Amino acid sequence: MTTEMQQYLPDEAFDLDVEAADWREAIRLSGDRLVAAGFTTEAYTQAMIETVEKMGPYIVIAPGLALAHSRPSEAVLNTGLSWVRLSTPVEFGNKDNDPVSLVIGLAGRNEEEHVHVMSAIAGALSSAEKRKKLEEAPTAAAIRTILEA
Amino acid sequence: MDILCVCGNGIGTSVLLKANVEQVASQLDMDVNVSTADIGTAPGTAVTQDLVLTSAQLAPELEGVSTPVRVVHNFMDLNEIQQVLEDAE
Repeated sequence: MTTEMQQYLPDEAFDLDVEAADWREAIRLSGDRLVAAGFTTEAYTQAMIETVEKMGPYIVIAPGLALAHSRPSEAVLNTGLSWVRLSTPVEFGNKDNDPVSLVIGLAGRNEEEHVHVMSAIAGALSSAEKRKKLEEAPTAAAIRTILEA
Repeated sequence: MDILCVCGNGIGTSVLLKANVEQVASQLDMDVNVSTADIGTAPGTAVTQDLVLTSAQLAPELEGVSTPVRVVHNFMDLNEIQQVLEDAE
């Protein structure tokens, strides 16, 4: 049985403990995972980078956490997320919340479909204890288990 | 209280913020109705709201909106969100 969490965050959507040279590469890695999971085309990855170029690093919404995303468009094939954990944190230019060690990529077909899974993620990341567990979790399955708890 | 969470595209960070605002409000036993908007439509939508929440980077784009605009620096910090809600009451 595929759970909702597996549907939106399948194994292909994870890249754990990888290096990125800068914020653009960090977003590109999260976009690559969205493509690999069948959620987006490569055009969406470029759109996510352009969102930061146009609107600034507001996507760094909490210390160490960037939510890379763009608008619903033809480049979004299915709603889903990706999870890129960086071995070396990178600067996005956000003075409150730099440097970033976790990039969550989000592709949404609309404003509604991903709300439930986003609530689960918000619940987990707002808990210091769960946040620490997520930093140390060895596998995609372990991360999903923490998010679902 | 009607609260509008604003982000660049209206589907990402504002949705996460809405989830945490609803969680804090329920802990405080506050009656809130939370919606989301992108920065383009937010000034129009804000008129009917009691409070607008957004990030430090986007707040300057909401200058001139008559509804109180409050910045949340850490969208995952429930204590910060609680402080903002209590100040707004």
